[in-house]
Amino acid sequence: MKVGVMALTVLKNLVKGPATIRYPYQPAKVTPVTRGHLVVNINNCIFCGLCRAHCPADAIEVSKPDRTWKLHQFQCVICGCCVSYCPKDCLSIEQTYLPPSPAATIVTVTGPDEPEKNEGQEEGINKKL
Amino acid sequence: MSKQIIVPFGPQHPVLPEPIHLDLVLEDERVVEAIPSIGYVHRGLEKLVEKRDYKDYVFISERICGICSFIHGATYCQAVEQVMGLEIPRRAEFLRAIWSEYSRMHSHLLWLGCFADAMGYENLFMNCWKVREKILDVLERTTGGRVIQGVNRVGGVSRDMDAAEFRRIETEIPGLRADYTELTRIFDEDLTVQTRTKGVGMLSKDMAWELGAVGPVIRGSGHAVDARMTGYGAYDELDFKPVVRTEGDCHARCLVRAGELFTSLDLIENAIDRIPKGDILIPVKGNPSGEYYAQTEQPRGEVIHYVKANGKKNLVRHRVRTPTLANVPPLVHMLAGCELADVPVIVLTIDPCIGCMER
Amino acid sequence: MKQPEQKIETITVSDLIHQVHVYHDDGYRLVQISCAQEGDAFELTYTFDRDLILSHLRIPADQKTSIPSISRIYLASFVYENEIADLFGIPFSGIAVDYKGTFIRTSVPHPFGTPQITTLKKKQEDQHE
Repeated sequence: MKVGVMALTVLKNLVKGPATIRYPYQPAKVTPVTRGHLVVNINNCIFCGLCRAHCPADAIEVSKPDRTWKLHQFQCVICGCCVSYCPKDCLSIEQTYLPPSPAATIVTVTGPDEPEKNEGQEEGINKKL
Repeated sequence: MSKQIIVPFGPQHPVLPEPIHLDLVLEDERVVEAIPSIGYVHRGLEKLVEKRDYKDYVFISERICGICSFIHGATYCQAVEQVMGLEIPRRAEFLRAIWSEYSRMHSHLLWLGCFADAMGYENLFMNCWKVREKILDVLERTTGGRVIQGVNRVGGVSRDMDAAEFRRIETEIPGLRADYTELTRIFDEDLTVQTRTKGVGMLSKDMAWELGAVGPVIRGSGHAVDARMTGYGAYDELDFKPVVRTEGDCHARCLVRAGELFTSLDLIENAIDRIPKGDILIPVKGNPSGEYYAQTEQPRGEVIHYVKANGKKNLVRHRVRTPTLANVPPLVHMLAGCELADVPVIVLTIDPCIGCMER
Repeated sequence: MKQPEQKIETITVSDLIHQVHVYHDDGYRLVQISCAQEGDAFELTYTFDRDLILSHLRIPADQKTSIPSISRIYLASFVYENEIADLFGIPFSGIAVDYKGTFIRTSVPHPFGTPQITTLKKKQEDQHE
């Protein structure tokens, strides 16, 4: 039994301190490509619904007449599938993890009104939150 | 004639990483037979394939299991690519091999830690996982995810590694090798580990073949069966040799997995030396039609992904035969005749990944 | 790289035991048994391997005829046959360890073998069909 190895490890630990990060009091390690949570830039969104159609977890709901984009935060698995399909590049993934919460979080974002078009769209202004 | 009692083991048990239920029939302290019962994590993912585009299903196939997730995604992509007749770029195959080997190392270190914990050796458990953190750091900075990587796509991979990243990995490898040598020394020579694993869970060479064992279970019993020897992906150029032991007990399987850590480091070094330049992703058009059985090597053994398509954008059938499902009959065979205190060690020696097993 | 072609041999149910005996005596190991469904017709595929080359046997099946079990030749097949019996509802006769429907307990019996999803027309929510 090698006593010397154990003694060396104990001394190293006494000097260096714990090997773990005391999260959430200290921030978590992140890298530039870490996938934390999904955010949307609603000003460029055209509400085409491609993100909704391709989401593997069914976490996004898009409503074109209401101009809303809804995300079920706890169902999202942050895979990045919607990011690759968005034609206007409005979706992106931030690096930080979200804190835990006691109830299901649904993020609803309402976009700006439709610019007036000549063909005549469906309902006009309908702001809902 | 002693009385027989039935002791239920699991699904909640401190020693089990994932829920499986065993009914142990005991006579005094000796197990006479064991009856497994599964179904606690069944999510029906194979049915979901009929409702998702085959390109989006990659994300779901990666989430079948948390520990062996990269290789599930890579095997599914490989199966669909073979059905469609695509040749993916060589650089993508090398990148997949590098990430697969990192995934294998992280899985084996996780197992070594859980195995030490099952024997009550919690300090060794924490030290194994401390080494594992270094590997998860590499995975996170190259792909974005610690356990679920999300870089596999049908037609290649979606993220590249540049030369600076390769240099950084090469400088870290000698440090990892020193850590592995120390851990292997403890698992090989330590008296506690030896008394609890030598001679326990014997699986002879013939029974291992008869019962269809895969992975380190069959390689610990003397057969050199490893799906990487078929040379799929980039493995035909990486000089791979399987690690085989002949004793057939828990100690042999433990040392097979520890030996595979070193093999993975060699494969990564070879891959970084020989990786060609080129694209990493080819565009995929059209829908698959046909069927294929893709066979690759996960940390736990050989995994088969069967894909059947008929020209629509949803696949008709996706069937995953995971290595843990093939290792359940050897587990039942090994448990017959053992002591009750050896049950955790034997259950962990087949590396149960129940999340994969039940999809 | 292109993998080698895989040979799949379709045989009848009565020929199954004899062919499996031939594979067993040649030293093959059982790899897996899988079931696929095309409409109302099921088909079972048995996969064997020696020297890492896979060969397959395929038999037609349905939910009324009972298939003879090969667990007397390959004991490991009881796992696969119980799983197929529970998920697809195809009966097997003579399995060495027969769980009689309790191997995988689901809230709906035989979830893969019977159509589970009924599509209603004109729904407001999203359908990913």
